[in-house]
Amino acid sequence: MDFQLTEDQRALRRAARELLAKRFGPDRLRAAVGDPAPDRALWRELGAAGFFALRLPEEAGGVGLGLPEAVLVLEETGRALLPGPVVACQLLAGVVDGVASGEKIVGLCEGGREPVLWEHPAACDELILVETGTECRDGVGGGARGRTAGVCRSAAERVSCAPFASVDPLTPLARVTGLPRAEALALDASRLRREAALLTAAQQLGSAARTVELAVAHARRREQFGAPVGSFQAVKHLCAQMLVRAEMARCAVYAASVTEGDLDVTGAKLLADEAAVRNARDCVQVHGGMGFTWEADVHLHLKRAWLRAECWGTAGEAEELLAAGLIT
Amino acid sequence: MDLTFTEEEDAFRARLRRWLGEVMPALPAKPAADDWPGRRAYDAAWQRMLYDAGYAGLHWPEDAGGRGATPTQHLIFLEETERAGAPYVGANFVGLLHAGPTVAAEGSAEQRARWLPPILRGDEIWCQGFSEPDAGSDLAALRTTAVRDGDHYVVSGTKLWTSHAEVADWCELLVRTDPDAPRHRGISWLAMPMDAPGVTVRPLRTLAGSAEFAEMFLDEVRVPISHRVGAENDGWRVTMVTLSFERGTAFVGEVVACRRMLGALARTARDNGRWDDAVLRRRLGRLHAEFAALWRLTQWNVSEAAAARPPGGGGGGVPGTGGSVFKLRYSHARQELYDAAAEVLGAGALDADHEWVAGRLSSLSYTIAAGTSQIQRNIVAERILGLPKGR
Repeated sequence: MDFQLTEDQRALRRAARELLAKRFGPDRLRAAVGDPAPDRALWRELGAAGFFALRLPEEAGGVGLGLPEAVLVLEETGRALLPGPVVACQLLAGVVDGVASGEKIVGLCEGGREPVLWEHPAACDELILVETGTECRDGVGGGARGRTAGVCRSAAERVSCAPFASVDPLTPLARVTGLPRAEALALDASRLRREAALLTAAQQLGSAARTVELAVAHARRREQFGAPVGSFQAVKHLCAQMLVRAEMARCAVYAASVTEGDLDVTGAKLLADEAAVRNARDCVQVHGGMGFTWEADVHLHLKRAWLRAECWGTAGEAEELLAAGLIT
Repeated sequence: MDLTFTEEEDAFRARLRRWLGEVMPALPAKPAADDWPGRRAYDAAWQRMLYDAGYAGLHWPEDAGGRGATPTQHLIFLEETERAGAPYVGANFVGLLHAGPTVAAEGSAEQRARWLPPILRGDEIWCQGFSEPDAGSDLAALRTTAVRDGDHYVVSGTKLWTSHAEVADWCELLVRTDPDAPRHRGISWLAMPMDAPGVTVRPLRTLAGSAEFAEMFLDEVRVPISHRVGAENDGWRVTMVTLSFERGTAFVGEVVACRRMLGALARTARDNGRWDDAVLRRRLGRLHAEFAALWRLTQWNVSEAAAARPPGGGGGGVPGTGGSVFKLRYSHARQELYDAAAEVLGAGALDADHEWVAGRLSSLSYTIAAGTSQIQRNIVAERILGLPKGR
């Protein structure tokens, strides 16, 4: 047993962090708040760097790495608040042509929900729908008749949708109302769903760890009563609890990437959602009045964390599954 | 990241399981909770069995009489003994986890030869004399004095929260040897024989109703200077070695036990109908994730310790900071677990004889003992996050 990152994994994480820092720095992040469409040039650059082809075999032009490595890279995208359907493109590289290289952008939606929300609808070339309940052909989010599990694809322009005002300025959303003439994909729906949950959890982890850094940096810099506010225990303890949440989530997410067990992933998503949401809220609190402004980046972490917490298994669903896992 | 075990680790586990399978059925019945001499005898006999089978001081360095096992082997040992329902370290806790490792790390050759083998064999029991009525979280405020008189120290003061004091042979004692020095620099570490004249022990009844701890009054107790470990006035540093051991491995078996208990809670709730309550069910589901992650955090910390392991074995202690993160979360989770147990029991949670009720009461000590949660948060904030010291 050696439950630590290997040298190669550390190097991969470092490389991903450096690439994102160089190509998606603070100025780009602020610009993205006004125009959150994924930057196609950046997307191709990520593709060329192997971001999406990470898990494809080398003979297929991929990097030949596994789920743990994908988790480390996705963690960095969560940390950087990179806009765009990164999870979808990571999972569908090698399935939909052009995704691995970053030429094409695809979206991934979970059927059987009300509403079915589609991230970055205007930026996607295709939409992939994962159904673990409602049938694909006759629309989505509809009745309980003819429930099947499956994955289907549709060109983006064929998807009917209604506008939806997204709470997250970095993630435009649309409500999917129909998916006519969808083409079935021979993919394992439950596996796709599980991996989407894990990679989303990895992004939450990256965000949770980042808000600890933001809170600590502010607490060291900001002075009140003649001392850095981080010297006061009330603030210090908030920061300490944030780190504890992030580190617990880290262990759960990394372990689930190794075991790929259903309950491990479910538990990891639950803890990572909680870490991301609660850390972002505490980060707002540590920032005081500044934290309540549009200018501070903190709200972007909180809103994205809320959004991700609604994807691929909510807290309530996770807790029920984990409870059932105690009995069987 | 590798969660699989090596062939060597698997073989170690198989051998241990086989041995536990042989010895567990022959174990005598557990003594009553308030039968202190009986508990000492029981714990000492178990330690002797471990010694004879080659499992005593597994994580101690070989040159201290230990087995020089890797941190992973130690983890396997704690996991398997807990699964088999083997006795807990019990009265040997201070000797094996605090005092022994301190003597091993800081003691002279004579001191190691005198004190370590009897700890490993279960022949001698140690207790800990650190806290005082006015020195709890602020341990460096301790006031018990030790004044030189020839080749002895004359020790006077009051110690508190001394576990197993009634049955201990030795006490690892922190005393003030220089009242004029800055407070961290005037402290020394002494090994005090508990049968020395002037030592009075009074059991301290906890809110759980049991007398797990004691107060200890020291009235001009003569302790040979040769019983001091480390240099005079260097006891604070010597003690910090000990405390990192305490936070590192003390709770591994308990996490295994908590995960098993969670399954029992769910089955009990299903049988008594409370499983139909979605709020309770979700609470148990949440705890399932919590304890699974605590186990992963344990594996993470142990792997980190293994990577930092000094040549020559040992290294069972996890660095204090990773231990603080674990302790903060675990102590709270344990209390949540027992609160959930009370909800499963309903009015049964008012039955003081129920095992889970006793556990619920004792769980209250977890956020206080060995560094309160507030002190742990200060440690995390200052030593890991680098926030400025302050109030």
